[in-house]
Amino acid sequence: MEVGQMQRQWVDYTKSLVFEGFLDGQFLQLQQLQDENNPDFVVEVVSLFFEDSERLLNDLTFALDQNGGVDFKKVDAHVHQLKGSSSSIGAQRVKNCCVAFRNFCEEQNTDACLRCLQQVKQEYCLAKNKLETLFRLEQQIMAAGGSIPMIELSF
Amino acid sequence: MASSSTWSSSNWVMESGDVPHVLAVDDNLIDRKLVEKLLRNSSCKVTTAENGPRALEFLGLTSGEQNPLNGRSKVNLVITDYCMPGMTGYELLKKIKESSEMKEIPVVIMSSENIPTRINKCMEEGAQMFMLKPLKQSDVKKLTCQLMNRDCEI
Repeated sequence: MEVGQMQRQWVDYTKSLVFEGFLDGQFLQLQQLQDENNPDFVVEVVSLFFEDSERLLNDLTFALDQNGGVDFKKVDAHVHQLKGSSSSIGAQRVKNCCVAFRNFCEEQNTDACLRCLQQVKQEYCLAKNKLETLFRLEQQIMAAGGSIPMIELSF
Repeated sequence: MASSSTWSSSNWVMESGDVPHVLAVDDNLIDRKLVEKLLRNSSCKVTTAENGPRALEFLGLTSGEQNPLNGRSKVNLVITDYCMPGMTGYELLKKIKESSEMKEIPVVIMSSENIPTRINKCMEEGAQMFMLKPLKQSDVKKLTCQLMNRDCEI
């Protein structure tokens, strides 16, 4: 596949992720922050997000698995962190799950929280897969000597 | 969306041509990295801190300690997250405003939650501005322009 085609594929894929709600405008903002001084900025930040989220999801699993009584304050604190990070990188569906999750923390509803945890794990996996696919496309473009296109914010 | 006080009354507005040194405080690693990039893109020197106590230490406001810069670090702006475990951004703001050495330093509060009572509380305590997360490059550019007392076109 030649570079132009790969670039078009990358643009279409990014647009579809936004259209389907996986990513929002904040992700596009991140891409705009990337420059020659920081050519790997987006990958770096998103990789931090992956590490951070996996840790938080483990902590949440542990916190909700307490037969002696769930500490909802702790659960809420973890969800708040995850909500913040996902919002900051534009992982919209993960963020939205966190919003619902926090409501159930407030209600101290363990069952609902467990369901939310499942959901947020699923959304996180989806987001991770799609972002990794996007980054693979980027690597192919760069390997072929091309550059990552700029996406306009209004489309 | 941001609330702000006037800058002209602040005697921390800099001489144009100086590079602002900003202390960015946030317990979230991703947000720290982001705010750092946004500030660097606006030509600032950036120091990050992961919590209030570390920030106070950097500012030389930890009680009982001698600040190597003789009680005045060269920070031109503090930007801090509101929700942090332990010392909140609001508490950090209070401590800065209560200090004799640092009370004039502009402090900007960031939050992902748009809660009017929270915003008012911070503004009343002397916050320069309240900014909603996630921050945009245009917001940060505007902020640093004001700090450097320049006319900016956004």
